[in-house]
Amino acid sequence: MSTEAPVISCKNVWKIFGKNPETFLKSIDPGMSFDDIREAGYIAGVRDVSMDVHKGEMLVIMGLSGSGKSTLVRCFSRLHDITGGTIAVEGQDIMSLPEKELIDLRRSKMGMVFQSFGLLPHRTVLENVAFPLEMRGQDKHTRRERALEVVKLVGLEGREDYFPRELSGGQQQRVGIARSLAIEPDIWFLDEPFSALDPLIRKEMQDEFLRLQQLLNKTIVFITHDFDEALRLADRIAIMKDGAVEQCDTPDQIVLHPATEYVRKFTEDIDKARVVHAGVLADPKATGTGDPIDARTTVHAMARMLVNDQRELIPVTKAGSIIGAMPRQAALDILLGGEA
Amino acid sequence: MSDAATSVPSAGGNLTRKQAALGLVCFSVLLTALQYAGLLPAWLHRLPETAVPNFALWLDAIFNFVKDDMGLLTLTRFLTGGLEWLLDASGNIFFGKRRWPNVGPIPWTALAAVAAVIGYYLGGWRLALLGGGTLVWTALIGQWEIAMQTMSVLAIAAPLAFVIGLSLGIAAWKYAWVDFVIKPVLSVLQTLPFFTYLLPAVIFFKVGPTAGAVATTIYAIPPMILMTTLGLQKVSPEVVEAGKMSGCSKFQMLRHVYLPSARTEILVGVNQVIMLCLAMVVLTAFIGMPGLGAKLLAMMGSFKLGRSFEIGVTIVLLAVMLDRMSKAWVVKQPEHFERGTPWWKRHQMLLLGAGLFVGFTLLSLVLPIAAEIGRKQDFSQGRELDAMIKGFLAIESVQAVTGFLRAFLNVKVLIPFRDFMLSLPTPAMIALVVAFAMALAGRKQALYALIFFSLVALSGWWDRAIITLYSVVSAVTLAALIGLPIAIVAARSQKWSVRVLLICDTAQTFPSFVYLIPAIMLFGITDIAVIFSILIFAMVPLMRYTIEGLRTVPPEMTEAADMSGATRMQKLWNVQLPLALPTMAIGFNQAIMFAFFMVIIAAFIGTQDLGQELQRTLAGTDLGKNFVLGICVSLMALTFDLTIMKWAADKKRALGLP
Repeated sequence: MSTEAPVISCKNVWKIFGKNPETFLKSIDPGMSFDDIREAGYIAGVRDVSMDVHKGEMLVIMGLSGSGKSTLVRCFSRLHDITGGTIAVEGQDIMSLPEKELIDLRRSKMGMVFQSFGLLPHRTVLENVAFPLEMRGQDKHTRRERALEVVKLVGLEGREDYFPRELSGGQQQRVGIARSLAIEPDIWFLDEPFSALDPLIRKEMQDEFLRLQQLLNKTIVFITHDFDEALRLADRIAIMKDGAVEQCDTPDQIVLHPATEYVRKFTEDIDKARVVHAGVLADPKATGTGDPIDARTTVHAMARMLVNDQRELIPVTKAGSIIGAMPRQAALDILLGGEA
Repeated sequence: MSDAATSVPSAGGNLTRKQAALGLVCFSVLLTALQYAGLLPAWLHRLPETAVPNFALWLDAIFNFVKDDMGLLTLTRFLTGGLEWLLDASGNIFFGKRRWPNVGPIPWTALAAVAAVIGYYLGGWRLALLGGGTLVWTALIGQWEIAMQTMSVLAIAAPLAFVIGLSLGIAAWKYAWVDFVIKPVLSVLQTLPFFTYLLPAVIFFKVGPTAGAVATTIYAIPPMILMTTLGLQKVSPEVVEAGKMSGCSKFQMLRHVYLPSARTEILVGVNQVIMLCLAMVVLTAFIGMPGLGAKLLAMMGSFKLGRSFEIGVTIVLLAVMLDRMSKAWVVKQPEHFERGTPWWKRHQMLLLGAGLFVGFTLLSLVLPIAAEIGRKQDFSQGRELDAMIKGFLAIESVQAVTGFLRAFLNVKVLIPFRDFMLSLPTPAMIALVVAFAMALAGRKQALYALIFFSLVALSGWWDRAIITLYSVVSAVTLAALIGLPIAIVAARSQKWSVRVLLICDTAQTFPSFVYLIPAIMLFGITDIAVIFSILIFAMVPLMRYTIEGLRTVPPEMTEAADMSGATRMQKLWNVQLPLALPTMAIGFNQAIMFAFFMVIIAAFIGTQDLGQELQRTLAGTDLGKNFVLGICVSLMALTFDLTIMKWAADKKRALGLP
């Protein structure tokens, strides 16, 4: 995964809103905080962000509203032009692309799902799904075939001729998902796709989403303000505040080692046992005895074993081979909240 | 913190603003006192003739330059050719004008059937009845041909206005500079009296249907531009982004994303275009457009009240039909068919309409009455109605009431008021208006008021302008005295609010010309009839916005008042009216704009104001004078518009209302 070149690579990206953002950025003092910038009459949407998104990875960008997460993802797809820094998609600097090539890139490589769906109200489900195909000039027959296929994939068979207003929120978002998948994109952006849905539907849609991801294995940038959702879905989480990335790491690391006070507050109320896996706790130098456990098992899942077992070190396997041993006490500390 | 910081200087500003307004009022009182004492030099009372610059002459020179030297006339006469061809074609189809394509006239039965089917498709049985019924009535009453003359122009002018308005609206939305140029032009166009549209149209496009169509088109364009821009601006950003992420090119964005998403606003624009076109096309009778308007003008001119009434009913029915149908189209959403629905079922309305059309056309070949209702076959009761109305007016008690109203209002109220306004020295009057703008809106609006009214004074038509203003002010005041209590009472109950609003909405679709009919019926050709027609016309928006304002007061606030133990009156005065005031102000503003519009039309009855002069210019080629007069009216209307709208916006913001 890490040996390949990243799919999206951004370096020192700035996005500033205001009258004259470029000139303002040149004059900016690197230590300036979000509030200092606002004082000067500008809004910093994205502040000096550098990160990579790897092939097949699911990166969740997480933050409260106004933290710049939506802005950042719109910079990735150049819905916003960035003020400073570089963004490369598959090695290509997207800021230097002329409009035609940018449109081609979106037509062939990118798909996006929106919080309030962004469906075209005058088109049926099928026509909405086929819209990107129509835009790139595919003939009527093939785009219909493909659209029917994707509509089936998201489980909306039989509703092809409905109009968006005739569907429930969850169904509308399925249409949004189907549309974003119609062109078989390599990169999939999802901007708070489930935030507008009821909690029960949200859970169902998350499951659906995981199912699709297992089927398709896309590179995904997923935005949410819901930490539980982030933990549930992410390979890596980037936590944003005031336009800057506070920490970008795996869920286990964020829960175990929050980089800043802000991140720590976020993770405070999280049941760490449900997040941390055996693999993270394994010490590669140590060797245990007895039955090994799988690296992907969460502490919560092995709670009963942890309490009953008497071994100090429990061996951990990943893909069939032993990668080290997990100190039982460390796992118990996570389960029970450490020694108070 | 920030609240306190901003409220302090604004309170200080208010104080000086009020003081300034008070100072101006004192100044005008002083001038007037001097005038009454006979101490005021004549040049301060009225601008001397010699000081009046001859704007009309200058404008004429400019027009002539543009018209002849720059070749505009050749261009417009060239355009006339194309337009004339279109009008001839639609004239042939609708009422059998002997021109290409030589197929018409369409039998009235066929058109009525199609109207009923369209009505059914858009809004069920009620609209079907309205659509079919209106056309059947028109035919049976013997007004088919004149109605179709009107419709044939409408059929060309409305689509033209739609296309031009849509294109300009898109341009204004896309390019800031177009918006910047168009905005002030639009606000002037919307206050310009319609006579001012007519004369240039006549000069550049010849008398008759062509000029009428041009004036109608131009008149209907502004709201289309506004609605288009509004709709495009309101498209949700996510839909736009979804379009971009789907890889739309710029044109694809506009064609597939923006325009369909702005459908509702654009269709509201279409509704307004149709209604304004109808209102205007009736008025173009003044420049010789044949049709319903011309007939109505002739009938009213010869005091044939019965026929006028029947034509009025036809116009009103047509207006209501067009309004309801286009509004139903706005809310009509596409519906999906179950899979496997056969083709004929998907298009059954289209097939039905086409079938009926062909059927009735064939029928009319064998049955002439289905094609055209002859001269003696109609059911017009003009003469009988005439006798009835005149009989009703001759009843002693009715005569006593109208006579009393006429005498009382004229002698005790209106004429003294008019004489008083005329007696005010010009600078005193201007100072009063500026004080009004200053007190309500602020310095900027006061400056506009000063400039605008000074221009009116400089135009040399001051006395006539004051008479115009007097008609407007007295009519709106009377309208408020009658309309506000009704609206306040109606707003108390849901049921009555809905009813009165429905009446107002319907009345608002009537072409303004129609309002003259009851005025003339009741009061004959007198000053009171003018005031009366303006009064009912202006009462509509007043009542509408008052009810709307009162009904939209947040329920928490009235509940809070109830729980504080307020009586009904206390609640009304302390809670409901203050909160409804900004909305009511918009109604007032509209009432004043309507009044300025109507007062010019009422010139037909015979007034001594600007409208009368304007109407006179139509007979000749006095383009310069026509414009000076039109702009005078526009400037006065704009002064009120700017001031009241600013006040309403300020008040709304201060109250934190949306």
